[in-house]
Amino acid sequence: MARIMLENVTRRFGLVIAVDNVSLPIIDGEFFALLGPSGCGKTTTLRLIAGLEVPTAGRVHIGDRDVTGLPPRERDVAMVFQDYALYPHMTILDNVGYPLKVRGVGRREIRERVGEVAGFLQIAELLERRPAQLSGGQQQRAAVARAVVHKPQVFLFDEPLSNLDAKLRLEARGFLKHLQHELGITTVYVTHDQAEALALADRIAIMNQGRIIQVGTPLEVYRRPQTTFVAGFIGNPPMNLVPCRLEVGVDTAHLVGTTFRLDLTSLRDRLALTLRDGEEVILGVRPEHLTFCGQGDSFAIPAETYAIQPLGAECVVILLVDSTTLSVRLFTGEPPQQTGRVWVGVNPERILVYRKSGELVLG
Amino acid sequence: MRLVRLVLARVAFYLFVTLVAAFFALPMLWLVLTPFNPRGTLAAEIPSPATMANFRLVFANAFAMRALLNSAILGIGAMLITTLVATLAAYALSRTDVPGLDFLIYALILFSSVVTGTAAMVPIFLLIFYLGLIDTLLGVILVFTGGLLPTAIFIMRDFVEGIPRSYEESALVSGATPRQMFQDVVAPLVQPGMMVVAIWAFVHVWGAFLIPFILLRSPTSMPASVAIYSFYTEAGTPIITLTSSYALLFALPVLVLYLLVNWRYGFRFFGGIKR
Repeated sequence: MARIMLENVTRRFGLVIAVDNVSLPIIDGEFFALLGPSGCGKTTTLRLIAGLEVPTAGRVHIGDRDVTGLPPRERDVAMVFQDYALYPHMTILDNVGYPLKVRGVGRREIRERVGEVAGFLQIAELLERRPAQLSGGQQQRAAVARAVVHKPQVFLFDEPLSNLDAKLRLEARGFLKHLQHELGITTVYVTHDQAEALALADRIAIMNQGRIIQVGTPLEVYRRPQTTFVAGFIGNPPMNLVPCRLEVGVDTAHLVGTTFRLDLTSLRDRLALTLRDGEEVILGVRPEHLTFCGQGDSFAIPAETYAIQPLGAECVVILLVDSTTLSVRLFTGEPPQQTGRVWVGVNPERILVYRKSGELVLG
Repeated sequence: MRLVRLVLARVAFYLFVTLVAAFFALPMLWLVLTPFNPRGTLAAEIPSPATMANFRLVFANAFAMRALLNSAILGIGAMLITTLVATLAAYALSRTDVPGLDFLIYALILFSSVVTGTAAMVPIFLLIFYLGLIDTLLGVILVFTGGLLPTAIFIMRDFVEGIPRSYEESALVSGATPRQMFQDVVAPLVQPGMMVVAIWAFVHVWGAFLIPFILLRSPTSMPASVAIYSFYTEAGTPIITLTSSYALLFALPVLVLYLLVNWRYGFRFFGGIKR
């Protein structure tokens, strides 16, 4: 068990900057997710912690040690790879016992400790088999077993669920969270699936183009995305982002789009503090904070229904507003009665306003 | 009518296949039958009475027996060095980024297959001469190794590249030293490739005539491929009974090797890694 500290870590590959001056404290025992689109540097960051990459600049600490130049075996970490990397020529017993074998643990003790872990992970009957004879879910458990068997200080996961089908993935998600909770080992988890990050992590760092955009608990990053990038990345469907213009009067404020005019007078002073009259801004609002309403409401936007997606417990309606789309999430599960021309109301309490350049100014 | 045609076509096809098979099987049959025939000719005939006399004469020829041992030394020596060096080199080449690497390897293979052999005999002879390795088995082994390595590395590289990097990385993170990683993870997985290269190298050296014929001077270091000419008369015609007996002995190790590998690896032996 240990905390992890990245201090101004940069990793370049030729001209490409994969990780750009990243500083990150990861707290002892927490489940930390690195989230971002492919190529954002999240996997490289993980490999820097593992010791599979050496930073071009900056330091990496695990626990109280500076491990920057140390090879992986001296870092006391364990990693689960996307393809599990179970050795095809070894039995599951030998695979899971491998970290013990290279540490010089005796044959009998290996058998004992692997048996213990295998029982816990419900793969005890599979120990004599080869990886090829296991299902995807079983392989994943075997890979996790190999990672926990020597009780590392840090757990590293590189998209461990992306090779599983949807149903197994949900199952494995619950299992991983439970496991991490039981063991209390500091965990860094790389994923491009925002739902996975929200569901699993204590804290999430969202990365893009080698930089960390925002760090926070799942609720923080969901409720107050610091940039439009985060807003558009987190949530399914993601946050609605509508370009519009701010009009600030002496004691009025309006967000003006091509077809609507929202009265934000109650927020006038806060808006006027950071934004100028007539400035281009982006309105951000989550799909669940939109409701269907009557014409003439001061927070209403006229729209055209485009697609209705009933999902059982809820219903997602896609609307066309001018040239952009809006998603509306209805928790009743009932599809809306009206189609065609409708009005959607915005909850002004839940509005976020971003600068055109993307950073959050109100919310 | 159609049925008749179908049957006839079938019969014709099998006749043709039988002919082709016989064409290739006959020399093999000759090789197996003639050594036991007291009056061996170029015809493949069942020996009556069968005799071991030919073998007794061949076994009595100390020079020829010693040559089989020399062949084994050459074959096994070149096989071990080629396989070991090719594996390590292929691993290093596949795990580092060297610009223009593919071109380099193709060029090497091209040169090794075009230039070694007859055209390079004079420079090779001079090289070995100045190294003081004329008339040593080591010299022949080194020449063969040099000639076989480019192709061997090329073959091995395919096998090494079939191993996902994550296997090695996972071993490293699990706590293995690079040596342990190579030994426990990489080596077992490229083993089929090593077998391919080993067999190929051995067979190549075992049957080669020109290089040992030129680089070896003394009769005691001649390999079997050269020594088989000791069963020719002074007029230059082969004594068929003895030549065929010796040829059978000469062919056996290679046959056994193929059977062994086939039994151990089956047909997956050229197919990379079985997961």
